[in-house]
Amino acid sequence: MKPPLVVDERTLVLGIETSCDETAAALVMGGYDVVSSAVSTQVDLHAQFGGVVPEIASRAHLDLLNPMIAQAVVEAGVGEERIDAVACTVGPGLVGALLVGVSAAKALALTWGVPFVGVNHMEAHLYAAFLEDPTLEFPLVVMLVSGGHTMLVEMQGHGQYRMLGQTIDDAAGEAFDKVARFLGLDYPGGPAIDREAVHGDPEAIAFPRAMLHDGLDFSFSGLKTAVMNYVRKHPDVSTADVAASFQAAVVDVLVAKARRAAEAVGARGLVLGGGVAANSLLRERFLGECATAGIRGFLPSRAMCTDNAAMIAAAGWHRLRSDGPTALDAGAYPNLRLPLLA
Amino acid sequence: MLILGIETATQQVSVAIGGHEGVLGLFEVSRGRRHAETLTPAIEFVCAQADVRIDEFGAIAVDVGPGLFTGMRVGLAAAKAMAQALRIPMVGISSLDLLAFPLRHADRTIAAVIDARKGEVFYAFYKPVPGGVQRVTEPVVGRVDDLVADLMARGQHVVCVGDGALRYRDDIASAGVHCDFAEQFLQYPSAAPLVQLAHAKALREEGVNPWEVQPLYLRAPDAQINWSTRASGAPGQGGGR
Ligand SMILES: [Zn+2]
Repeated sequence: MKPPLVVDERTLVLGIETSCDETAAALVMGGYDVVSSAVSTQVDLHAQFGGVVPEIASRAHLDLLNPMIAQAVVEAGVGEERIDAVACTVGPGLVGALLVGVSAAKALALTWGVPFVGVNHMEAHLYAAFLEDPTLEFPLVVMLVSGGHTMLVEMQGHGQYRMLGQTIDDAAGEAFDKVARFLGLDYPGGPAIDREAVHGDPEAIAFPRAMLHDGLDFSFSGLKTAVMNYVRKHPDVSTADVAASFQAAVVDVLVAKARRAAEAVGARGLVLGGGVAANSLLRERFLGECATAGIRGFLPSRAMCTDNAAMIAAAGWHRLRSDGPTALDAGAYPNLRLPLLA
Repeated sequence: MLILGIETATQQVSVAIGGHEGVLGLFEVSRGRRHAETLTPAIEFVCAQADVRIDEFGAIAVDVGPGLFTGMRVGLAAAKAMAQALRIPMVGISSLDLLAFPLRHADRTIAAVIDARKGEVFYAFYKPVPGGVQRVTEPVVGRVDDLVADLMARGQHVVCVGDGALRYRDDIASAGVHCDFAEQFLQYPSAAPLVQLAHAKALREEGVNPWEVQPLYLRAPDAQINWSTRASGAPGQGGGR
């Protein structure tokens, strides 16, 4: 057993992520410095089913995790004996998928005689931006938009979060997937609609902007229904116009609420994260809105917005510093929530 | 050579340490907390009690199934990670082999049967041979009726072992099959025969790299089954996209 761990800027954390359909491993030094990051996406395995199939995801994680860990270690060019701790997503996510990572991570920690630290996947998304800009200052507002989540979180400090708003029904990414499927576009729906919208007119159809002026919560299920009703009534409408108009409606709401949230808490920065943050219209409008409002906006790279293990290692480093290691009898917690300030 | 055995294919979690003297340590629990929560502390406990350091192992043995998918993967993920970190070979052995092995002194055919849920069982037939058992049929997944038909077709006295055999004991017995049932304490595959069987294989250098160990699922994911049914034009699938 190594001596008790001092968590500092030299501490090297192996991160592991298997909560959904990306199998990933990464090495991060001192919580901010990405030494290596390996991600294998299973999108192709799930495409024919139009969504992530849990059993297929779990099987793929078991096949892919060892190669991803090996790749992260080799790319880092450091010996495994330099690894000081193993961090892994313990939730939220698909339970069978999570268990592959958790089980491997705990076994590695035991084998190397180093601490294990269980990481909340949503908290890790909050830390993703810090890996590309460590100078971000609190209070910070992070808008997380993915297939499973749409939320506005205020980071008052490390581990100090307040939920400012979240979706009351579908997540934004879910709405993209459902509308794409309805329009006969590819899975995943986000990139498919993004591509289709390029050829369409975003002002062709005035879809509703739900709850635009009403608080910081989101609702996307009414918009999805509006799209379906419109297409049924106008079967000859251009798919590109529908995609562009739908995307504009989603982005209008996201951008307006993000700005309002940042202004409400006097944020020193506004950050975008999650898979939907890869959408090109959202990226463009987000930066434009920040500039207009005089808010410091930060847009992480697409690779850092989607699921990866570097953000897991980073969040693990912060948790290890504040709370210490997680016991080896930890399991997977599919419905884990972001720890919020009382 | 010291071997660590990990077995999580049924509702039991079993961890053993084996060597040329046989089984040196064994931990087994079949109720309480879930596999992932129990397994790592169990490995730590057995090693500590048997006074074995983790870097002393020469191979990692693992039950590759068939069994409950999520449980199997907990053991496989841990075993693969440890073997990769220690740079030592792995030996994968089927859960059905582990059920049959303790009955090697029975002078008749052995049916190893694991509960696959959904009214199905995983099973294979074995015959005793000097020093162990030999599998005589491929492991399959089937309905209990299929198992009963296979037992009837054997037309000989068979001993059935495993949680699947016990769960469907009445169905098997009422069909008029000539068979006995192994004791209840043998109903789950154990890491004790796992390390014994793996020790011999490891000495013969039959160990493999972690990425070569493949789980034995025997059943495609439900989505794929539904998909291929739909693709073949079978009825019963709701329309619309
Ligand atoms: Zn995510």
